[in-house]
Amino acid sequence: MIRRLRSISLLAVSLLLASSLAFANGQKESQAAQGSSQPVKIGLVVKTLTNPYFVTMIDSAKKYAKEQGVTLLTGAGAYDGDNAGQISAMENMASAGVKGILFTPSNSTAIVPTVQKLEKQGIVMIALDTATTPQDATDGFFATDNEQAGQLIGEYAKAAMAGKKAVIAILDGTPGSTVSQKRHDGFLKGFGIQEGDPSIVSEQATNGDQSKALTAMENSLTKDPNINLVYTINEPAGFGAYSALKKAGKASDVMIVSIDGSYNGMKAVQSGEFAADSMQFPAKMAQMGIDAIIKYAKTGTKPSGYVNTGVQLITDKPMPGLASKDSTWGLRNAWGAASEKK
Amino acid sequence: MNMADEPRTNALSIRRRVRNRVAHAFTLPGVGAFTALVLACIYFSFNSQEFLTGHNFSLILQQSMVIGVEAIGQTLIILTAGIDLSNGTVMAFGSVIMTGLAVNSGVPPFIALIIGFLVTMGFGLLNGALVTQIRLPPFIVTLGVLNITRALTLIYTLSIITGLPPLMTAAGNTFNIGPTGVTYGSVLMVILYLVMYFVLKETAWGRHVYAIGNNPEAVRLAGISKTRLLLSVYGLAGLFYGIAGLLLVARTGVGDPQAGLNDNLSSITAVVLGGTSLFGGRGNILGTLAGALIISAFNNGLALMGVQEIVQVLITGVLVILAVSVDQMSHRGLE
Repeated sequence: MIRRLRSISLLAVSLLLASSLAFANGQKESQAAQGSSQPVKIGLVVKTLTNPYFVTMIDSAKKYAKEQGVTLLTGAGAYDGDNAGQISAMENMASAGVKGILFTPSNSTAIVPTVQKLEKQGIVMIALDTATTPQDATDGFFATDNEQAGQLIGEYAKAAMAGKKAVIAILDGTPGSTVSQKRHDGFLKGFGIQEGDPSIVSEQATNGDQSKALTAMENSLTKDPNINLVYTINEPAGFGAYSALKKAGKASDVMIVSIDGSYNGMKAVQSGEFAADSMQFPAKMAQMGIDAIIKYAKTGTKPSGYVNTGVQLITDKPMPGLASKDSTWGLRNAWGAASEKK
Repeated sequence: MNMADEPRTNALSIRRRVRNRVAHAFTLPGVGAFTALVLACIYFSFNSQEFLTGHNFSLILQQSMVIGVEAIGQTLIILTAGIDLSNGTVMAFGSVIMTGLAVNSGVPPFIALIIGFLVTMGFGLLNGALVTQIRLPPFIVTLGVLNITRALTLIYTLSIITGLPPLMTAAGNTFNIGPTGVTYGSVLMVILYLVMYFVLKETAWGRHVYAIGNNPEAVRLAGISKTRLLLSVYGLAGLFYGIAGLLLVARTGVGDPQAGLNDNLSSITAVVLGGTSLFGGRGNILGTLAGALIISAFNNGLALMGVQEIVQVLITGVLVILAVSVDQMSHRGLE
């Protein structure tokens, strides 16, 4: 009896493997028909699949690629900062014969040798969302002006505080990330203070992760319970901060500003959880990238230079002198599907 | 009556003998892994025309280099019924030390390399010492060292180290076998595996490593110093992590403090896929090589097929369960 149970379990696991592979087969991008020319293959490598921002970028890129009749190969690192994982993904895509690769570098300097190697092989390399260092190492860079994104919410916070003494908590992204640094600097510039200003009572890294931000916010409150303004590097960090504030009963006393512009984020602006949010346009980045590679495939012209994909301040309590749109506009134009947030 | 029975029993026993021999071959640790690797390659070559090229196989070798060499150390430790959760972060620490010293502190590259190896060996010996002297379980010891080395790495540098001297990236240089470029690093990985296979099979030390995992009481009664043996195993594993760090530096061209965070689980997966028992005392190190190659081959093959990365993670998980089930069942079947 036991022997039979064992054989059955072994059979079950083998079937599971077989069906996983069949599932994988079904996911495979179907090649173009019997025609002589294959569709253009394009690669998209994002930082990690645990951030909804990058998941949305992939989903919108897939949809757009289908509309344009090109094949999209996708990949990501295992975590925000996983450089080696991105390198492997890019090498595999090059092996698969992509004409160009769109990518959001987990580390702006570390990816450059691989970028140069693939460019030598004739593959167009376009950075999205985050620049490489140096920026001109890629054939083109399409992104939000991250410093401007931080500056807009900094200016908003300054105006909204209306002369009240600010006690600021800063929740940054991953240490060493250029996006995190630019947004951070932009916020300080917009608010009108320098690094090390006494109004900043707490600066913590959250890696842009919701649960890490929750912990960081709790610790910041323990350090100084009088915090009344929280800058968050992105919406997951913002949601984490809000949970901590709500638990501490301080949600209505503290202003949270954030960056991203997802559908869930817009709901948070509507409900008052976020006072202001700088919206990004990741779908636009992906679409422009795909267009650029299609153009390269057809005409051999490479893109070059930086293209600003735009940033929009969203708030339901506009401040005089600061152009903004409200959350209704935000909900219509946001990225990401409506989903439950924790 | 007896005469009539004889020819029948002879024929049966030949069939049974062949079946037993084949079954026995499959229970040898590692054979299952190589079979799976070959089957996987066949599957992928049908699903993607780019898979079965020399260039692509060279790529798979390169992509399995770092985990592959880390998995050598992991195999040795698991054979002694231990486990190492710290290998990724120890490797990362070694790699930032060797690159940082060479680039930022002006240390001659060769010396910086040696220091890096000494650092990783040092942490290996630390693991061994804590396991043998304080008698802490290896899981706990290496968990602690994981966090310590992760912190030390980030304290030493938060940013990437670039501008490396050519000595450090040499392992990434290629030479040509026919039309295909092969890196020195991937060849080094294979050589290390062959060397360790020979050492484990033919030397007394190798037999003692199996013995500690298999029957520690017998080892003690035979008068072999368990402490010296375990220290040598953990220390040698540390050296392999240093080599893996150098290979990572050669492959990526930078010293990266964020590297290697998930390498502990990846190397354990390679060891398990290769048929080595997590309870120690049983396993073939060449099976680990097959395990590491399977992981990379799946990664690569599925990517060429355009399959989402998350499905690769799913399949790796299923593979691990399958591999351990097959191994457990064949092991029990023998007994």
